[in-house]
Amino acid sequence: MDAILLQVLNGLDKGGAYALIALGLTLAFGTLGIVNFAHGALFMLGAFTAVSFNKLLTLQKVVLDTAHKTPWGDPVEIRTPYVEAMFGDFGKFMVDWSVPLSILVAIPVMLLIGVIMERGLIRHFYRRPHADQILVTFGLAIVLQEIVKHFFGANPIPQPAPHIFAGSADVGAWLGLAKGTIVYPWWRLIYFAFSAVVIAAVFAFLQLTTFGMVVRAGMRDRETVGLLGINIQRRFTIVFGLAAVVAGLAGVMYTPILPPNYHIGMEFLVLSFVVVVVGGMGSLGGAVAAGFLLGILQSFASMNEIKSLAPGIDQIIIYLVAVIILLVRPRGLMGRKGVMED
Amino acid sequence: MSKKLINRRELIRNAAIGGAALAAPLHFVRDAHAEAYCNMPTGKTVTLGFNVPQSGPYADEGADELRAFKLAVKHLNGEGDGGMLNTFKPSSLKGNGILGKKVVFVTGDTQTKSDAARASAKRMIEKDGVVMISGGSSSGVAIAVQGLCQEAGIIFMAGLTHSNDTTGKDKKRNGFRHFFNAYMSGAALAPVLEKAYGKDRKAYHLTADYTWGWTQEESMKKFTEQIGWKTVKTVRTPVGAGDFSQYITPVLNSGADVLILNHYGKDMINSITQAVQFGLRDKVVNGKKFEIVVPLFSRLMAQGAGDAIKGVYGSTNWNWQLQDAASKAFVKSFGKEYGQPPSMAAQTCYVQTLLYANACEMAGTFSPAGVVKALEGFKFDGLGNGPTEYRAADHQCFKDVLVVRGNEKPKSKFDLLEVVEITPRAKVEYDPKIFGGELGPVNAKPC
Amino acid sequence: MFAKTARGDWLLFAIFTAVVLAAPILFAPIGAGYPDLLQKFAIYGLFAIGFNILFGLTGYLSFGHAAFLGVGSYATVWMFKLLSMNVLPAVVVSVVLAGLFALLIGYVSLRRSGIYFSILTLAFAEMSYKLAYSVLTPITNGETGLQVRNLAKAGVVNFQHGDLRILDRAFGVVEHGVPMSNLFGIKMSGWPGFYFCAAALIIGFFIAMRISRSSFGMMLRAIKSNQNRLNYTGVNTRPYLLAAFVISGMYAGMAGALLAVTDPLAGAERMQWTASGEVVLMTIMGGAGTLLGPVLGASVIKYFENIFSAINENVLHQVFSWLPQGVQDVVVSILSLFVGEGWHLTLGLLFMLIVIFLPGGLMEGLGRIVSLFKRGKAASDAAQNGQEA
Repeated sequence: MDAILLQVLNGLDKGGAYALIALGLTLAFGTLGIVNFAHGALFMLGAFTAVSFNKLLTLQKVVLDTAHKTPWGDPVEIRTPYVEAMFGDFGKFMVDWSVPLSILVAIPVMLLIGVIMERGLIRHFYRRPHADQILVTFGLAIVLQEIVKHFFGANPIPQPAPHIFAGSADVGAWLGLAKGTIVYPWWRLIYFAFSAVVIAAVFAFLQLTTFGMVVRAGMRDRETVGLLGINIQRRFTIVFGLAAVVAGLAGVMYTPILPPNYHIGMEFLVLSFVVVVVGGMGSLGGAVAAGFLLGILQSFASMNEIKSLAPGIDQIIIYLVAVIILLVRPRGLMGRKGVMED
Repeated sequence: MSKKLINRRELIRNAAIGGAALAAPLHFVRDAHAEAYCNMPTGKTVTLGFNVPQSGPYADEGADELRAFKLAVKHLNGEGDGGMLNTFKPSSLKGNGILGKKVVFVTGDTQTKSDAARASAKRMIEKDGVVMISGGSSSGVAIAVQGLCQEAGIIFMAGLTHSNDTTGKDKKRNGFRHFFNAYMSGAALAPVLEKAYGKDRKAYHLTADYTWGWTQEESMKKFTEQIGWKTVKTVRTPVGAGDFSQYITPVLNSGADVLILNHYGKDMINSITQAVQFGLRDKVVNGKKFEIVVPLFSRLMAQGAGDAIKGVYGSTNWNWQLQDAASKAFVKSFGKEYGQPPSMAAQTCYVQTLLYANACEMAGTFSPAGVVKALEGFKFDGLGNGPTEYRAADHQCFKDVLVVRGNEKPKSKFDLLEVVEITPRAKVEYDPKIFGGELGPVNAKPC
Repeated sequence: MFAKTARGDWLLFAIFTAVVLAAPILFAPIGAGYPDLLQKFAIYGLFAIGFNILFGLTGYLSFGHAAFLGVGSYATVWMFKLLSMNVLPAVVVSVVLAGLFALLIGYVSLRRSGIYFSILTLAFAEMSYKLAYSVLTPITNGETGLQVRNLAKAGVVNFQHGDLRILDRAFGVVEHGVPMSNLFGIKMSGWPGFYFCAAALIIGFFIAMRISRSSFGMMLRAIKSNQNRLNYTGVNTRPYLLAAFVISGMYAGMAGALLAVTDPLAGAERMQWTASGEVVLMTIMGGAGTLLGPVLGASVIKYFENIFSAINENVLHQVFSWLPQGVQDVVVSILSLFVGEGWHLTLGLLFMLIVIFLPGGLMEGLGRIVSLFKRGKAASDAAQNGQEA
């Protein structure tokens, strides 16, 4: 019983991550009709915003100690972080909390990146075939990756969560079960809560504001909205920036779970496309629902009992579900008719 | 490079089957001289091929291997401070290249994919005319390139490859491995684990679901069961899964008190980071502190895993903090050149290059037949691993194995592993027959 | 580039054949005149030509064609193990098997169109890859890759240690060392291997040309331009699509077989989504829908992968040794960002530049160059021909 509860919890946690990653992708697709293969790269850039911020905070004053030598004869370097030297305990706190604090940095940075990308490149591809969009965004993803690799190397860079979230929470005890039966890492619970907040914020933004209303109208029928004299173009630019922010934040918060390297985006690219398509192209609700569905299914498929029934099922479950859903329900879980069918 | 082009007779035969449409112009003229073996060096230089991952997740390991190769070439040509050339014995190296020919090298990107690695190796053989290829950072790639070198008739000096298969069922006469293997990891780790964690332990394995993972799981299971541990469960995980949480959650209530992670590289970094997040190392099960073991790890990986690796036991081929004269000489020379200590991948690649050069000098030829004969059963010392032997029966180096632990209080960003024990060679030796496979005949035919 | 007439076609075909056969001399100056790379040009060219029959003509973007390539490779190595090291039976069986596999996947996937079709094919290919890498290891030998082994000793059949090769045994073929793939005794590595692949490429090109000019090809193009209209006029498009899918799957199977023929080893990574993506990139980069474009795109990408990745700083220093020391160092340090381990960066930039400035791929670029020379003639005409030739 507790094993199943644990897997459900794990599925929700995974699902939150999948949904968050897919949300930005489907936002860009639903509004702009752009198949963005650079979405994974945006996720990666977000993660590296956190890495850079941490590096910045831990910038160290280097003093050469000529009394001691390294085995190859150079003087030993003594390093003290500037932040600690300047701010003392508050500096230590900032370093400890660098991942959550990076959110503040990532929002403007990712918005800027998104807007530049849309203005500079994506805009010229609205009317081009999807194949061209794929090629150009894929090329962009490679370029961004290689730039990051040049500065940060190929090895993963660990980003610890704030100290107080390092351990695990005894979820079982909250539910009235025996102590220690269901423990779950604090940071993953936080990630889950964080994704819920971001998703809710995006929905609220689109559903409750005038801006959101116009965008939603634009998603349905761009031409008519344009004919009404509304500058849908500028709004779409902002929406793309928003998608970049969502992808970036997903990346920032994921760094304590998965030490990021320059390749991390590519690993999420295929997955996020599958989630989006299962949910229905351009459907935000669908992306969220599909994210949770796939997360939970994957979690269960990895249980030993199920694997012994169907060997290898944990390897293919996501794709298998995608195939079945697309065959049974052509437009995905919540997709609208006619989207992206030609 | 015309010597590697087709000969006229082959071309005519080929054109005949190809039909009239294929009647290609007879532009290939074979060099006048006869070639005794593939890519026989005729000029003033000899070319070696260094095939390492330059892109993909192992690019940092590859970059370090390349640094080591460049350093080895420098030392062979008599430049720099000579590094381990000064400690290596018995050495026939003179510091004037190999057999009087200056050593030059070509590089290639394996992308950690067998196909790309073989394409790159073929380029080196067919276009650049190399007599030896070295490098690699995964067993699949190493085995694929080793097979290719056997077919082509050149020598393969394996770099970082840890699977039992490389010198087990997939061994080849033209291929040699200096690095240790999963079997040795198991044999060396078990006694140390017994001392640290006792005889009464229940182990849970998470294993990368591919050939290397399986061989390591098998070896670890065998040796831990010999010291009285029980194996609760062995679970296979997809390669490159990223998030391993769904495999870690069942460990929590499985009754196991040790988790053995048969993962490598990025997978290992992710799985150990996540296992620690799930509080496994703070847990107490069966009245004992829960422990994690990572049978193979390297300093570069430890760097990626950060705090999670502290206090975790594993094994490694070599560590830069070893205090023997050879290791010190190598670290000094590498550090001076690049401002950082070498990784274990760098050491094995450097050593392999020296061993190859030395074998050529011993044999007095670059011919694979001579080199293989010189290397088989070659006993040497002074290359950082103590007394070592290239066993003739399977072309595997036998030497002491290092058991290491993630350093609790690193003094610098390179000071990540501490050597706990140096397991003597006798304890990790095995009968070459247990893995099957055959070396086959040496291929020293012209290509 | 060439007029859309029968004579233009034959001219194109003749020139193509001549260039392919003379490739060892033509490509030598740019460092590509060695067998393995030319084999790769031919094999991936063939793969891309086949892919283009589906994508270029019908507009259906498959992200799973690497699966057929993988099936072709595995089938070939298995035929080497079971039947004979002679390549003919292996190639035939591989193409047929890949065709059947394509029939199965195509039948299911073609129930959907657009991006849904793409994701279905991607899902099938990823499932094939994941299973081949793990659970199906007894058949595929997993990460290590399926290899040919020496003949088993009589009575012992364990494919890890020895092969059967029924036909070879029946004909009393004697093996020394590593068994080599051959065509009636001609070994299929090196230059003979290249000419075998070249022959396959030329034949494949010819078939693709005929398909593209046939009424079947017209029908496929009609599907691309407006499938609804076809449906309304009572034409059932599914059989045409399925036929195109299976044909392109067979091309992929043939390419996979040739990979194993020239180098008898099959690995699972040939089926990964990145491999499927690669053929998409090749085709679009060269010019989707054109006859020559896919071959061109395949060659450019393979050239980058093999030659650019091998240029290191030493090589650059040699090339620029005529510059004064200081300038040389600066030039080398800048250029080394783009070659060697930076070859991916160059490739990424190239993708972007081509798709931004040459929407029709390299073929459009060629068309523009040709039209520059034919200043008098309408430039747009040539560009258009480039796209549709």
